[in-house]
Parts: sequence; structure tokens; C-alpha cells
Amino acid sequence: MLKDITLGQYFPGNSILHRLDPRVKIVLTVLYIVALFLAKSMLSFVFILCVTVLLVLLSRINLRVILKGMKPILFIMVFTMILNLFFTRGEGEPLVHVAFVRIYREGITTAVYMLVRIVCLLAGTSILLTYTTSPITLTDGIEQLLAPLSVLHVPVHEFAMMMTIALRFIPTLIEETDKIMSAQKARGADFTSGSLLHRVRALIPILIPLFVSAFRRADELAIAMECRCYRGGAGRTRMNRLHMHIRDYGALVCMVLFGAGIVVLNIYTSRIGYGL
Amino acid sequence: MTDPYLQIENLSFSYPAQGEGEAAPVLHGLNLQIERGSFVAVLGRNGSGKSTLAKLLGMILTPTSGKIRMGGKEITDPALTEDELFALRAGVGMVFQNPDNQLVATIVEEDIAFGPENLGLAPEQIRARVDSALDTVGMRAYAKHAPHQLSGGQKQRIAIAGVIAMRPECILFDESTAMLDPTGRAEVMQTVLALNKEGITEIFITHNMNEAVLADRVLVMDEGRIVLDGTPKEVFAQADTLRGCGLGVPQVTELFEVLRQQGLPVGEPVISEEEGAERLYALLNQ
Repeated sequence: MLKDITLGQYFPGNSILHRLDPRVKIVLTVLYIVALFLAKSMLSFVFILCVTVLLVLLSRINLRVILKGMKPILFIMVFTMILNLFFTRGEGEPLVHVAFVRIYREGITTAVYMLVRIVCLLAGTSILLTYTTSPITLTDGIEQLLAPLSVLHVPVHEFAMMMTIALRFIPTLIEETDKIMSAQKARGADFTSGSLLHRVRALIPILIPLFVSAFRRADELAIAMECRCYRGGAGRTRMNRLHMHIRDYGALVCMVLFGAGIVVLNIYTSRIGYGL
Repeated sequence: MTDPYLQIENLSFSYPAQGEGEAAPVLHGLNLQIERGSFVAVLGRNGSGKSTLAKLLGMILTPTSGKIRMGGKEITDPALTEDELFALRAGVGMVFQNPDNQLVATIVEEDIAFGPENLGLAPEQIRARVDSALDTVGMRAYAKHAPHQLSGGQKQRIAIAGVIAMRPECILFDESTAMLDPTGRAEVMQTVLALNKEGITEIFITHNMNEAVLADRVLVMDEGRIVLDGTPKEVFAQADTLRGCGLGVPQVTELFEVLRQQGLPVGEPVISEEEGAERLYALLNQ
């Protein structure tokens, strides 16, 4: 039953977004987030929405999947909207004034902007990174992107190696947990009834064997790695090196244009005095 | 003995004392020579010292006393530098018992590339080695799979591929078939035999008599000493000594031993099932 857990949220595919260099995708995501927070006017938000819809189309990922991914933060969305709606003070007369509740025109627009921002933030980053990049490619991307930091003694290679090993062993450990749970159930363990404290205590006979076995695995793996001449990142080469293609440069240019577009729209709308 | 690849002289090893207990000696003054290109099976019950021997040869442990010489170089020389040890390690591959705990990467071909990457080879060279290693173990079709999608035997073949991609002269198998089902065992044994044909010296530690039968030479260890040493036929003829070491003999050998005790003219000991069947057929025709 534990086997059904999917790792990360990667959806295998062959779209242009899937094929982009992971390093480029990380940079794109950062630029995208910055652009989102630069946006100030209605026009720029419309622009952002259009670009995000374009990203969804490019990724060829089912829209329903993307909307489903937003469920967990629905509460945060509603909460920020309500806060902005009631607590933004604007100029002029409030639109609604009942007892102490005052809703201004600015409150509504800020609330809507916040919603658009959160939705786009989530949809954009997950499409650019987690949905279209396998965890292992992402790790490679992070390693190579941060490689210059190793000059400053940041253990970049070690971090990437740990990520790889963690990814490698998650399915193995899940399988093992399943086995241990069955073994304990066969001995009469009950994980589903009783008070919360009772159920937490019922987990101890699962966790202890799991930890013991994980440590043994770690020990054996370390020996096996040493036998295969592993001695850290120094002097190590890689079979698959990342190459930048034209599409990668193109994507970077597009994203810079996107950011510039938002800035231009901000300036333009403030000029014509239609800032909200 | 024209070309000894491995020479062991007076090798002893004790695990360090734990707490108040005394240091437990595991190997007592072992002497051994193994020819280049041979396929040697090492048999012994738990605690006989066979795994310790493998770890000493794989440079995971250092001996308490004695010398090990491999391919003309002394690997137990305390004056060896880190870099020299690194170079020596590349010449000796090890395949362990649990296939899950040897694979590092999440994709088969990247796992095989792990060793050559550590050696600092050029990417094209690594690619070539990975492809040829995949072909050798017959796993080319699974290059892009994740290890957890494979069977035990397949995982163990990937572990072997990871070792041969480093082009070692010698491979040590430390009970590499113990955790596999019969199909997995057969797959691994086939690979082991094929590699030996290519000239790789193999030391194969096992509990399984039927696997030891396939070797050129069988060593039986007990209590840190080599008790029997010879061709499979010579060794399995000594059924009583083997039983004294807590080991059995292959079923077919046992059958012929019982027949001999019954006074039947069965001739010399038999170790392979085909030979046994022919012998029985001849006997029945008489």
C-alpha cells in the first residue's frame, strides 16, 4: 500500500519544458518569481496570467493535475484574500460599510492580485521545475549550478551525492517499511485503533527495525562505494554532462523579456494613471 | 603454478577487542597462491573466516600480520599512500551479498558509470565502458530502469557490471548469490563463468556446493584455516572432512557415496548431475 506514494510530482513527458536544461529551469524559476513580485498593475497581472497559461500549454500537463496540486494551499489563498479584502484601506468612500467592516475598491483589487500571484507562483514553479524535471536531473542541475561555490568550501558535491542516495533508497525503504508492518501485524500489532498516543506508540516497533536496517544498509553501501574507488568529489568526472542548447538560451531570453515586459507595463500604467 | 596473481603469506587477522573481551582471532597464518585467470571457490560455514579473507583482499581491512601480494604489488605494505591504494583498489572489484546495498544511483546506467566516474575518466570513455559492461551482463535493455524495478538477480548483474566497468583484473564475490532465488542464482553464475572466460581472476565465496562445483579450484575454510584445497572432484571426495567443517556435499556426490557404501561398483566420486545420470544409466544396464 505504501508503494502507491509517488516521488516528488514528476510527470514524465517529452515537451519542450521537459527537455530544457535543469540549470536553465532553476534560473527561469527564480526569474519568474522575481517577475511575479515586480508586477503592480492590472495589465501586468493579465500578462502574467497569459504567460502562465502558455507555460501550462507548453508542458502538456493536464490542467486538472495542476489544479489538484493547489488544493493543499486553498486555505492560505482564501485567508490572504479575506485579510486583504478587509484590511486594505483606500482613498475615497468605502464600497461597503456595515458596522466596523469597511471594504474599499483597493481592497478588492489587492485581494484579486494576491490570488493571481499565489496561483501563478504555484502553477509556474511546479510546471517549470517539479512537474517537468525528474528529481535526479534536478539534483544534477543543482550540483552543476552551485559547483562554483565549492571554491568557498561549500560541500556541493556531498550534498548532491546525499540527494542521489536518498532518492535511490526511498523506494527500498518504503518496501522495507511495508514488510516490517506486515510482520508486526502478523504478531498482533494494531496501527489503526486507540488514542493518538496509542497509535504513535504502535509505530515504535516499526521505526526501530527500520532504523537498524537503514544503518546497516548505510554501512554496507559505504564499503561498496569505497570499493568502487569513491573518495569524494575531487578528481571525479561525470558520464552525462549537461549541454546548453539553442532552446535553453531561447528560454532564458524569453524569461528576461517577460520580466522586462512586466516592468514596462508597470511604468506604462502609472503614466496613464490607471495604476490599479 | 606459472603465473601467480595472488600470493598470501602467513596472513593473520583478529578483530579488535571489544570492551573486556579479548581480541578474536579470525585467520591463523594463511598461505595461499592463486593463479592468474583462475576461478576459485571458497567454501566454509559462518565464522570460518571466508568473508574476512575477502575483505582483506578487497583492502577494506588491514591484516594483523602477514603479506598479500596482488598482481606483483604488495597491497598490505603500510607505506602505501592514499593514491597508491586508490590505484590498487581499481584493480580489484568486489560484489557483495545484498544487491540493494551496492547500487548508488537511481538509474542503472548511471550506477554502472559510478566507478569509472570516480576514476576520473573522460565522459566518452565512461560511456563506452558502461555500454560494454551492460552488454557483458546482458542488461542493455534495462539501461534506463530504476534499480528498484529489477529482480534480485538483475540487480546483482548490475552490481557486477558496475565492477567490470572499472576493468579489474580480479573480482571477489562475497556470497553474492546468497540472497537470490534459483533463477537469480543461475543468471549470476552464468555471468561469473563468462567473465572468467574473458580472463578475469575470480574468487567466489559461497555456501552453495552446486556453485562451488563449477570452479577450477575449491578451498574449504574452517576456523580461520584452509582445510581442503583442490579441484572440485578432489575436495568433494572428502565427504567426511567436509561434514566436519559443517558443510555438506552436492546431492549427487552423496548419492554415489551411499551407493558405494552399499557395495556397488560406482567408481570414483561424481560431482555433476549429468555425469551421475550417465554413471547410473551404465550401472543399471550392467
